[in-house]
Amino acid sequence: MGHCTDPAAPSLSGLEASRAGMGALRPLDPRTRILAAGCFALVVVGLDRLALLAAALLLALLLAVLARLPLRRTLKRVMAMDAFVLFMLILLPFTTPGTPLFTLGPVTATEEGLRWALDIALTANAVMLAVLALVGGLDAVTLGHALHRLRMPESIVQLLQFTVRYVEVVEREFGRMRTAMRARGFVPGNDLHTYRTLGYALGMLLVRSLERSERVLYAMKCRGFVGRFHVIVELRFGMPDALLALLLSVLLAVLVLVEIRLGSAH
Amino acid sequence: MHIVDGALSAPVLVGGTLLAAAGIVRGARDLNLERIPSAGLLSAAFFVASLVHVPIGPSSVHLILNGLAGLVLGWISFPALFVGLLLQALFFGFGGLTVLGVNTLDIALPAVIVGLLCRPGVRSANAALAAFWGGIAGALAIALTALMVAAVLALSGDAFIPAAKLVVIAHVPVMLIEGLLCAAAVTLVRKVKPELFGMPADASAVGLRAAEVRS
Repeated sequence: MGHCTDPAAPSLSGLEASRAGMGALRPLDPRTRILAAGCFALVVVGLDRLALLAAALLLALLLAVLARLPLRRTLKRVMAMDAFVLFMLILLPFTTPGTPLFTLGPVTATEEGLRWALDIALTANAVMLAVLALVGGLDAVTLGHALHRLRMPESIVQLLQFTVRYVEVVEREFGRMRTAMRARGFVPGNDLHTYRTLGYALGMLLVRSLERSERVLYAMKCRGFVGRFHVIVELRFGMPDALLALLLSVLLAVLVLVEIRLGSAH
Repeated sequence: MHIVDGALSAPVLVGGTLLAAAGIVRGARDLNLERIPSAGLLSAAFFVASLVHVPIGPSSVHLILNGLAGLVLGWISFPALFVGLLLQALFFGFGGLTVLGVNTLDIALPAVIVGLLCRPGVRSANAALAAFWGGIAGALAIALTALMVAAVLALSGDAFIPAAKLVVIAHVPVMLIEGLLCAAAVTLVRKVKPELFGMPADASAVGLRAAEVRS
């Protein structure tokens, strides 16, 4: 059943392995990264002019280079997302009313529609690259810690930590189940048997996960867990953070000011 | 289906984010020391399951399983599915950052609705009836998700309406498959671990587990 899992699908072990390359962004505080990615996303989503969006994409590319994102894996992810929205983007020029640009059989593409499609494509790619560059390199435990410091409710942070901690365990568990199914000669196809077998496997995965969680809870209680993770690592907002905050604020402010100055393109 | 950054209008983004936040807060009320480990592990399981590709015609689709999540997690579906989407957005760049709220709402609200609607049926004494309700839950959750994604797109601009219609049509086969999978999963879970649906543990199952402990 290995062929049931898309080989291009992101591997969960990436959550841990992506820690490797962080390049020049390594010294940044995780809170700075999260806030920077958030601000970048908010500003870029608000931009309308294609030239400014292109500038934002360049900025994101620069961040990606600084973070030394692995080229192949990043390209694969960007292309996976682009392929995903492609059909919507191709439709847009033909469904938006406006100045006709060219005619393709019975349908006419408009300038406004094309602009809008480009707008979405640039925005989505810029935000994605910036997020991967700034936050993608963090390990998930640090992410949870930083989110807690940014006032995310503790129960949600704990849920995140548990999910991250056990995603790989559950993935391996499911891998073992798939191996067992393959060993019994299961070949997925387009039939009821496939769906029933897969459904049973998914149900079993839930059962095993719940039973594991019971053991985990007992073990944690035995060790005196009362519902709080104690944090002994302090996060520090230092010079590199101030530098990035300053640079990014200035660049984003310029983008916003130019946008306001020139007026919305629509 | 995930929506990317840049496609939706500001009112839709803000409204979706606020509603999602309300759902997450409501779900977090059910999270306590006893529930967090199980919610976390189930959230991990749904994350892993969503990476499974199921053959459909010449192609394959990846699962969402929000119906099953609603049956098992109830309101906790909101924080659990939010965590999954957050991890996908931050580490894999899948789905956007500003649309996180809308995406959470699109997937978790149907889960909660289906959970409230179909849970009594899934707990029914009749196994066939329970499987039927499981199938309804799986299919209905996908249908609602597709409709919400379509609505969110259509609200953001009339130009999206054809794309919105395509989203709904594209989800019809997914709906059928998730319905079948969910029915099968419900059948198995009822036999092995009915507690997952909040049912009292089966006497014979308890006997089995006692035997397991002794051995």
